[in-house]
Amino acid sequence: MVTQLVEPTEKLVYQRPDSLAELYTHYCPGCTHGTAHRLVAEVLDELRLQNDTILVASVGCSVFSYKYFDVDAAEAAHGRACAMATGIKRVHPDKIVFTYQGDGDLASIGLAETMHAAIRGENITVIFINNAIYGMTGGQMAPTTLPGQETTSSPFGRDVRLTGNPIHVAELLAAIPGTAYSVRRSMHDARHVLQAKKAIQTAFTVQQQGLGFSIVELLSSCPTNWKMTPNEALSWVRDNMLPVYPLGDYKVPESLQSTKRGKRD
Amino acid sequence: MATGRIVIDVERCKGCELCLEACPQHVIEMGNFFNGKGYRPAMLVDPRHECTGCALCAVVCPDGCITVYRDVPAPKAQPVLKGVPA
Repeated sequence: MVTQLVEPTEKLVYQRPDSLAELYTHYCPGCTHGTAHRLVAEVLDELRLQNDTILVASVGCSVFSYKYFDVDAAEAAHGRACAMATGIKRVHPDKIVFTYQGDGDLASIGLAETMHAAIRGENITVIFINNAIYGMTGGQMAPTTLPGQETTSSPFGRDVRLTGNPIHVAELLAAIPGTAYSVRRSMHDARHVLQAKKAIQTAFTVQQQGLGFSIVELLSSCPTNWKMTPNEALSWVRDNMLPVYPLGDYKVPESLQSTKRGKRD
Repeated sequence: MATGRIVIDVERCKGCELCLEACPQHVIEMGNFFNGKGYRPAMLVDPRHECTGCALCAVVCPDGCITVYRDVPAPKAQPVLKGVPA
């Protein structure tokens, strides 16, 4: 019998990352939470960190992220993910600890925990999803809501004289000495999704090297509560959110600056 | 031009249509049936084999339900050498 070697006729270019559980997510169609989950999972796969990573999940739409990531996880009380991550990282300094938080969780109720984790220079990574609205509770005004943006609790648009201006978390945390890495990225098209992935990779590298607190702010969409189609929502991110939340590297450790510097656009 | 194909997990697709916008070759269309969750899933409609396997659809897919394959070009035929014993 003659054995014949069969040349493969095609190669695998892209598949679902292993660090993402084989589950159906509860996110609405077109929600970029799913994209952010996938990017983090891809980075964990590429850095081979799946078995050494502990996720601290938050409250909000991302409350079930402990199920969707195939890594060890703990669920924190509302806003307290950075405090919980601090404890986990101090008990397990050899593990990679990251939190996955939305803007209602991190920028509103959890701002104190986040700020103090950065002030203490905790060696954790924060993935921060900014979609300018409270998603899970039905589209109320968040600290990150744009001036003039209509939400269910600001039906005539956000009045900055009454409720203040949106909070810029990446810039805020970059001013703290304990922060090693603070950047803002967007996920509104394929190019920016890939840039976001590079930033997430750098953030985990910062933690691996023990340089300090790292945060990646990701501009995200909420088609349901913005009352748009998914594609319209991504255009809205590009046209309305980018001018208010400029993308860029607000703080990058010197040792990583030469290779990882992203362009502002 | 490279060629390829995508495989969409129709039961996980939520029909958000982000891949339709991302596809530079316009070979993705929404299906004419409903999946188990009641969404119309995206489908590869590529009768002329125009998909390049660029994976941009998979990059933007929020549900990670697209797997991308790229064709490996067939090896060129080896020149026949004369006078060389087989």
